[in-house]
Amino acid sequence: MNQKYEAVIGLEVHVQLLTKTKTFCGCRNKFGSPPNTNVCPVCMGHPGILPVLNKKVVEFAVLLGLATNCEINKRSIFARKNYFYPDLPKGWQTSQFELPICEHGFIDIVKSDGLEKRLGITRIHMEEDAGKLIHDQGTDSLIDLNRCGTPLLEIVSEPDMRSAEEAYLYLVKLKQIVTYLGICDGNMEEGSLRCDANVSIRLKGEKKLGTKTEVKNMNSFRNVEKAIEAEIDRQIDIIEDGGKIIQQTLLWDADSGDVKPMRSKEESHDYRYFPEPDLMPVLVNDDWRKSISESLPELPEHRKKRFIDKYKLPEYDAELLTAEKPVADFYEAVLNTTDDFKSASNWIMGDVLKIINERKIKIEDFPVSPENIGRLINLINEGLISSKIAKEVFPVLLDENKDPRTIVEEKSLLQISDDSFIEEVVGNILGNNMDQVKQYLDGKEKVIGFLVGQVMRETKGKANPAAVNKILKEKLEAFR
Amino acid sequence: MSVTKKDVEYIAKLARLELTEKETENYTDQLNQILDYMEKLNELDTSNIEPLSHPVENFNVFREDIIQPSVSREDALKNAPDANEEFFKVPKVIKTD
Repeated sequence: MNQKYEAVIGLEVHVQLLTKTKTFCGCRNKFGSPPNTNVCPVCMGHPGILPVLNKKVVEFAVLLGLATNCEINKRSIFARKNYFYPDLPKGWQTSQFELPICEHGFIDIVKSDGLEKRLGITRIHMEEDAGKLIHDQGTDSLIDLNRCGTPLLEIVSEPDMRSAEEAYLYLVKLKQIVTYLGICDGNMEEGSLRCDANVSIRLKGEKKLGTKTEVKNMNSFRNVEKAIEAEIDRQIDIIEDGGKIIQQTLLWDADSGDVKPMRSKEESHDYRYFPEPDLMPVLVNDDWRKSISESLPELPEHRKKRFIDKYKLPEYDAELLTAEKPVADFYEAVLNTTDDFKSASNWIMGDVLKIINERKIKIEDFPVSPENIGRLINLINEGLISSKIAKEVFPVLLDENKDPRTIVEEKSLLQISDDSFIEEVVGNILGNNMDQVKQYLDGKEKVIGFLVGQVMRETKGKANPAAVNKILKEKLEAFR
Repeated sequence: MSVTKKDVEYIAKLARLELTEKETENYTDQLNQILDYMEKLNELDTSNIEPLSHPVENFNVFREDIIQPSVSREDALKNAPDANEEFFKVPKVIKTD
């Protein structure tokens, strides 16, 4: 980015709520059902219908508001946002306009340079999703109304971000919060978390805002960062060439890696918001607010801090383990079986996450139970197997997920701590390697590593390394 | 503040209404009469009065998050001007250019 300029970015994020039913009717709220099977007169917008608000939607909105340091408005009302589009059979989207449920919050991020930054949240409001249009069939567009009426929260940020990185970190943090709260699965690819960006640039030090554009169609977290970067560059090029930014909506094209203007016809908006007469105001009194706040689960920042304090983990480990709630849950489940906090962390950050990434699975579907990971760690710590043998047991665990002790016994991998046996092997090895013994006695003590290797080879890695070291040294010294 | 014919045409377009020339003139007059009356109401001092969003004083009308039966797809598609076995059909809304 040209150093003369700074970007001003605000994000509008929609999260689809994990309620059982839709916002205003009892139809199932489920992704992937056969088309037009989760529909009723209310969500199809038939004449004469009356919506009734799902209480859970309000509770989820308040939860998110509390988790993002918002003020919860004691009174909020719904509004109609009027426009015609075939995926919206009522002719308006039920949303909130003047009095949203939450306002004036913030999220803290830590940038790659280690600096912290607080990013403001203007408002969070409740609304409903539209249906789905399928365009690629013949001369018609097909409509599936299953998604119509699905509850959404829209989170509008302040224009506080100054780079694509900050926008990316804000979005990742927000995803972390909604998944920890269990109110949204945060899946951008499936569209349960969606993000539009408002982007403008100005000369550094300038107080006035430049003309902004809106960038849409970004379907992954990294694409949000890339799209904003591309748009900042595009705007700088225009300004540097003496041009002017036009206020417009742009679509990100992930294949070409640039943004393209949407046809202007689609963006002439005049929504004529007015209060929704069919829905009564929502009042959140102190009692209700308090009972919702008592159901707040532990949030990522707190959990990270607890991992550092309680389990004495390095910040790096704590950050990585708490980035996603299921991973943190898995870690703590391992700790039910072992109290070796750091080894548990190492196994998860290493072998477990490696398999998860390779197989592209969720940690919930990881084939080895947390108990068996814990037991494996205990086998090492009890001196029953070496960590090298443990790495051999792990692939077997992946296939069979049974008590690692059983695997070790079945495969006769138990570590040999029997001193008399080790002494015998060591004696043989020394007898066959008198040159190395001589070198050792001449002061080349490094040669002991070679001799340990020979013993381990002879015992197929099963000899207790500490015992081997001790016996080797004793026998070598005895030659003096 | 007065409404012009152009305003009426714009509002009609947003509401997808096709008005005849006569209707447009008629509605322009009527809308202006309504706004004139509003001007009269505006003479009242309402600075200490909360805006009213709902004429009844009810609040927190909720439904528990419990699944109710949906209608069958067959019934759902029955009233549609056009449909196939699975979907509602409308003329293509995005041109494939």
